Amino acid sequence: MYKYDTYDRDLVNERVAQFRDQTQRFLAGTIAPDEYRALRLRNGLYVQRFAPMLRVSIPYGLLSTGQMRMLAHIARVHDKDYGHFSTRQNIQYNWPKLEEVPDILEKLATVEMHAIQTSGNAVRNITTDHLAGVAADELVDPRPYCEITRQWASFHPEFNYLPRKFKIAFTATDQERAALLTHDIGARIVRNAAGELGYTVYVGGGLGRTPILGQKIRDFLPETDLLSYFEAILRVYNRLGRRDNIHKARVKILVKEHGVAKFTELVEAEWEQIRNSYLKLLPEDIERVQKHFTPHAYDAAAATDTSHERHLAEEKTFATWHKRNTREHRQPGYRIVWVSLKARGIAPGDCTADQMDALAELADQYSLGEIRTTHDQNLILAEVRNRDLHAVWTKLAELGLATPNIGTITDMICCPGLDFCSLANAGSIGVSQEIWDRFESLDYQYDLGEIQVKMSGCMNGCGHHSVGHIGILGVDKTGEEWYQVTLGGNASNNAKLGDRIGPSFARDKVVDAIQKIIEVYLEQRRDEAETFLQAYHRVGIEPFKERVYAEQAEAA
Amino acid sequence: MATIIRNQAIVEDDWTAIEATEAIPESGKVIIRQVRWLAGKEALKSRGKLGVRLEPSLDVAQLADDLHYLSLIVIPLSFIQPKPEGGLTYDGRGYSQARLLRERYAFKGDIRAVGGVFRDAMYYMHRCGFNEFEVREGQDLEDALGAFKDSTAAVYQAAADGQQPIFRRRRA
Repeated sequence: MYKYDTYDRDLVNERVAQFRDQTQRFLAGTIAPDEYRALRLRNGLYVQRFAPMLRVSIPYGLLSTGQMRMLAHIARVHDKDYGHFSTRQNIQYNWPKLEEVPDILEKLATVEMHAIQTSGNAVRNITTDHLAGVAADELVDPRPYCEITRQWASFHPEFNYLPRKFKIAFTATDQERAALLTHDIGARIVRNAAGELGYTVYVGGGLGRTPILGQKIRDFLPETDLLSYFEAILRVYNRLGRRDNIHKARVKILVKEHGVAKFTELVEAEWEQIRNSYLKLLPEDIERVQKHFTPHAYDAAAATDTSHERHLAEEKTFATWHKRNTREHRQPGYRIVWVSLKARGIAPGDCTADQMDALAELADQYSLGEIRTTHDQNLILAEVRNRDLHAVWTKLAELGLATPNIGTITDMICCPGLDFCSLANAGSIGVSQEIWDRFESLDYQYDLGEIQVKMSGCMNGCGHHSVGHIGILGVDKTGEEWYQVTLGGNASNNAKLGDRIGPSFARDKVVDAIQKIIEVYLEQRRDEAETFLQAYHRVGIEPFKERVYAEQAEAA
Repeated sequence: MATIIRNQAIVEDDWTAIEATEAIPESGKVIIRQVRWLAGKEALKSRGKLGVRLEPSLDVAQLADDLHYLSLIVIPLSFIQPKPEGGLTYDGRGYSQARLLRERYAFKGDIRAVGGVFRDAMYYMHRCGFNEFEVREGQDLEDALGAFKDSTAAVYQAAADGQQPIFRRRRA
């Protein structure tokens, strides 16, 4: 993984010292609250419903075990013994004390971490495929490009105060796992007909109040022109993006209002002016970063060790977990292991300090010292030998992290909702627990197959509800919590926004509605191989609508 | 006379802002609005000692051909309150205007930041090409000068301040 050199280290340390000074001046009353707000947002610090919330950056979702141990330490010493892994592959602490935040940032800096630009109207954490570097269908490892972009975007003097937040994702695989088209910029790494590497560039995706999928603005951007093209996009956005209304300020609205053709023309014209400037990368600039991501030295003997097969044959719970929570690794004899953060009674994405420490231990012992975070709020041990799977599973089960539900209905994405967030209109964690209660029977789940339920407590859409196979959105109706349901959304290949099923549901009716939707699916599907999403797109919304609103239709 | 920061020193502001309806005096350093410059620049070119205050929406390419007639360009960087609710944000368009004026159109005069100018934002303004700062009311100017000493680390990007970006420094 990427290791800081003195340049990176100096910059992060300097920012820590600056923020300590700013916080002291704020507490002393010599810095205006609006000024301090602009500064703390540069450092991931929100003021929430009960306490400040600190969001720590995990660049492209990759953690060393030393970093994970520090996250555990911070949870233990500065928070209430847990952290929350977010859909941006970051971690959030919900209970830090404002005056301790400079200490937290100083500790993070010792393990090459920070909270820079995890909030505010700037370029946020760069994300990518959580299987980068181990996926079989990968063209090249996308993480070096993420890191190059991270550095360009960090402390960018011109783009500190964009109209709104700005999210960038990379992908380099056929099977899309980075939700590319829900980002302000999505870059797909491709090869052109001449065999050269480059990017297909999409702009203007975003969820929230007006969910829109990104549109292609360039088929092929040469590999070394990455930064100049991004700078052109950001400059056009910074100059022309709307600032009169926060709900119309994302770049997606600019693209929509100008039309993608005009927007593209503006970007290309700006790019012409700067493409041959200092921003042009040399192959050696890319190679230097790629050296941080060279493949691990894998154990060649792992491929022939089939000792785990005995456990698979004899232990049904292990076999079930193996089927649900592990995936193929491109290295023979290795397997990718999901750590499920979606256990019963736990808010999705929450992880305790003890669990973090234990995971660091496990990763050191069995997964080459690295842990990944996913945008659906789970963790991954990506480098586990088949022969170690049983030991890993045993330990994960002890920790409550082996719920065999990856990709199933209880593997929900869910924002913190009204319980923590000052923006939320409605609770989301309570609803997710009720869905657990209703659907927890594992057999029942397995019958349902792959289904993504995504829930947000408000229009900001942190829970990505618009691209859930089933999306649930909390809305405020004259002071009461109501829920709008959408069907058929998808952020992967053939990305699509969900269709609204109809009028929203009261809190005590929303899970009934989800149950009816599931019942219709079970009746309509051709066989167990047809997923919810496939069945939905075949039969359309009508049968679901009829069932869910049947009572009201009768009453009318 | 008000005091401002110019080239990292505290100085008296020797410029006078002329309102839209006021006559432009024949002598003295005056700042006029962008609309007045664009409409009447042929008559104003010979005057000299002219400063122009930009609107954040201006494409500075419109000034490109006549920049040598201007000694000062004033760019507002303001806190704004977008609809429908929520806190203040910051209008960052001026950062692009300043960089373009310096880097693309090679403007050699002074560029002044006005509006939401405070110590902790000034380093980035400086990097984008601002060299004059009319800081917000209530700010201590001596304290604000600290902005230029708070940041000494190398930078990831090149901008108008001529620093070599880190990725190029790494090319041994």
